[in-house]
Amino acid sequence: MMNEATKNIYEDIPKEMFELAQQDETLHDTKLETKARGYFADALVRFRKNRASVIGAWIIFFLLLFSLLSPILSKYTVRDQDKYYVNYPPYIRSIAEKKIGIFDGAAVHASQNEAAMAQWKAVAIETGYDPLLKILETTETVSLYRGKERITKTYKIQTNKYYEQGMIFRVLSFQEFEDIQKWQDETGIQVIYPFVEAKDIKDITSANVWYQVSDNKGTPKYDKEGNFIPAYSTNTAKEGAPYHSKRLENDPGNWIYSMQKSGAVQCRVCYYNYYTYVNGHEPMYIMGTNSMGMDLFCAIGIGSRFSIIFALLVSVINLTIGAVYGAIQGYYGGAVDMIMDRIADILYEVPFIVVSTLFQLHLAPKVGVVPSFLFAFVLTGWIGMAALVRKQFYRFKSQEFVMAARTLGASDWRLMFKHIFPNAIGTIITSCALTIPGVIRSETTLTYLGIVNIADFAGTSLGTLMSQGQTSMTSSPHAMFFPAMYFALLLIAFNLFGNGLRDAFNPSLRGVDD
Amino acid sequence: MGKYVIKRLIFMVFTLFIITLMCFVLVRMLPPAELPPGDPHTKIVEARREALGYNKPYLEQFGIFLKNVFTKGDWGVSDVLYFGQDVFAIFVSKLPATMIVNFYSIILSIPIGIALGIWAALRKNTWVDDTISTLTMALISVPSFVYAFLIQYFLAFKLGWFPFLMKEGTDWFSWPMFVSMIPAVLSLSLGVIAGFTRTTRAELTEVLTSEFMLLARTKGLTKVQATVRHALKNCMVVIVPSIFGEFISIIGGSLIIEKLFSVPGVGQLYLNSINGRDYPLFMLLTVFYTAIGLVAAIVVDISYGFIDPRIRMGSKK
Repeated sequence: MMNEATKNIYEDIPKEMFELAQQDETLHDTKLETKARGYFADALVRFRKNRASVIGAWIIFFLLLFSLLSPILSKYTVRDQDKYYVNYPPYIRSIAEKKIGIFDGAAVHASQNEAAMAQWKAVAIETGYDPLLKILETTETVSLYRGKERITKTYKIQTNKYYEQGMIFRVLSFQEFEDIQKWQDETGIQVIYPFVEAKDIKDITSANVWYQVSDNKGTPKYDKEGNFIPAYSTNTAKEGAPYHSKRLENDPGNWIYSMQKSGAVQCRVCYYNYYTYVNGHEPMYIMGTNSMGMDLFCAIGIGSRFSIIFALLVSVINLTIGAVYGAIQGYYGGAVDMIMDRIADILYEVPFIVVSTLFQLHLAPKVGVVPSFLFAFVLTGWIGMAALVRKQFYRFKSQEFVMAARTLGASDWRLMFKHIFPNAIGTIITSCALTIPGVIRSETTLTYLGIVNIADFAGTSLGTLMSQGQTSMTSSPHAMFFPAMYFALLLIAFNLFGNGLRDAFNPSLRGVDD
Repeated sequence: MGKYVIKRLIFMVFTLFIITLMCFVLVRMLPPAELPPGDPHTKIVEARREALGYNKPYLEQFGIFLKNVFTKGDWGVSDVLYFGQDVFAIFVSKLPATMIVNFYSIILSIPIGIALGIWAALRKNTWVDDTISTLTMALISVPSFVYAFLIQYFLAFKLGWFPFLMKEGTDWFSWPMFVSMIPAVLSLSLGVIAGFTRTTRAELTEVLTSEFMLLARTKGLTKVQATVRHALKNCMVVIVPSIFGEFISIIGGSLIIEKLFSVPGVGQLYLNSINGRDYPLFMLLTVFYTAIGLVAAIVVDISYGFIDPRIRMGSKK
């Protein structure tokens, strides 16, 4: 009875009798003075303090910006491969005209004799583009020639490679010939120059000799004032097609501007201006051209884009596979761990070059070069990540929070990826940041060696560019230098960045191996 | 210890076997090198392929391959590059160049690497340390062919100190040969120097802060005495095994450096066999490179135990 009575009392307590215990005060501990900082925020603060890694991060940012923008900014694509402007140094006309020694397409020519110098001068007079930038050295040699002392001068000069090309012979269709004439009238730029027949210049085949010569070495004849005497053909009988456009200033009116050729016309064109006609703009190569005649500025951007995207993709795939594999290994332990570890051990020992070669031979014809290359990276790439995750799992799996979750009935899968895995995330991010440069490095090395050729898919790659640069290293070091510099900076920056991340996420590991 | 070594060796042989088998099957699945039409050797080559079991199951082919290797030391004859020659003989003839170049590089780089590492560690957080660490970092990040380019361009081309490529011939120990090897040796060394510098610096900085170093100083040893007798000795536990590992890998050489400086060595042979699709050669060299990797790893692991008996072998990780 007693019980029932009490129960009844407590059952019908009127609402007004209730009183809020504490409405305005809080029951918490005193609030922390500082703002709470999470794991990632904490790591970020530590990362920012590391000057080298911040610099690394900025370099990566600028390099990425470069590879994003350079193909857009460049007037060329990797498919534009000029046949004449091959291995040419950097050139931008507006800067070259300021004569400050950069972007002027400069190349050095040693031991140039008088005849050669005369030819440079002739090119300058005819085209209006003076290739000679600077005479670096003049050497005088005295020799005895038929009993007389003769002084021969040789020069070491610096020339603008783009102007050096001067004239070329070109066979044009009648239509094209007309179009160029129309273009000439519109722009006032002379592309087609009067024709010179080889018989008039002692059978010299060079397109750049337009003056009368005294021997077949190209020694010019001069008139009384010391000027070149033109040797343009007036043989109207052989003229290829009527010419009604701009003529040279000193043209007496009977010079012919083309030569018959079966079904077409042969012309002497100024290559620089012809290039402008074909491409719609003057040559502008910020980083010069390589041995394929590609614009390096654009090519480096395109090549590195592929490298970076590929590396990211490989890292993500390896991370996923490695994380799952390592998690299973670490979580279950025992026999499962041992067998899986042995499998990983065996795979790990296969030299990477063997894997990529065999994949290229077997898979590339079936699934394409890039996917098979990707498979090669994935086949052994995940092992490092798996080992890392496995270690983390061994560390965490016997801790109390795992036991608590298990007691509450969490499944294995949930325990692995909801409870233990997040604890390993710092380590994983770090190792990912260090995987990317590794992948870029191997990818570039293999394309450099020519074992894998992704040029058809990606246009070009850093490795391909470097091996192309290597072939002409002594004559045009820029073709090797620019891709190599981009590549080196990218790797160094990624490593600095990765080391910084590692130190930030695992302060206890600081300085272990940097 | 003995048990551990045996266990490791058995697993090594097993690994090598599996990898060889995989590569063998994959290589045999590819169509064999075609002979030029009307080649006088067609009959001999076909008879030989028949004997090697080219149209039998792959496992049987592998059996024949193993039998030939173990009973006759016969790794096959070259298909493309050195048509008709015994691949093992070719391989052996390429070994000296690789080994000599790499030997010079090790002789040069290990002392320099360790010395730089010690210097950096002793001057930790000064400009010396910063410079050395930055350079080390740069050298480790960038593959050797990039700085090989710089060496080739500046030392060999601009300054003209060394020939561009390695001299041909087999007079391995003559002076001109030595000079022509220097660019290759330097390019190989930079990476190794950087590696040793980094390891030494990391180990030494850690040891220098430990308590027994403090004890050594308090008992009256000078800084030099303490460093040499106590700190360095402890560092060697890590450094010496990596020296062993390095020595084993000298016979492997570097693919790229050998190609760049035209060292007539194993690495270049390997590259050529890949690019020329010379499968028997490729097979032999694959086994060779895998074996080197395995042996180097084992030697490094075992030498830890010999150098520092406190490290117990075979204990669970």
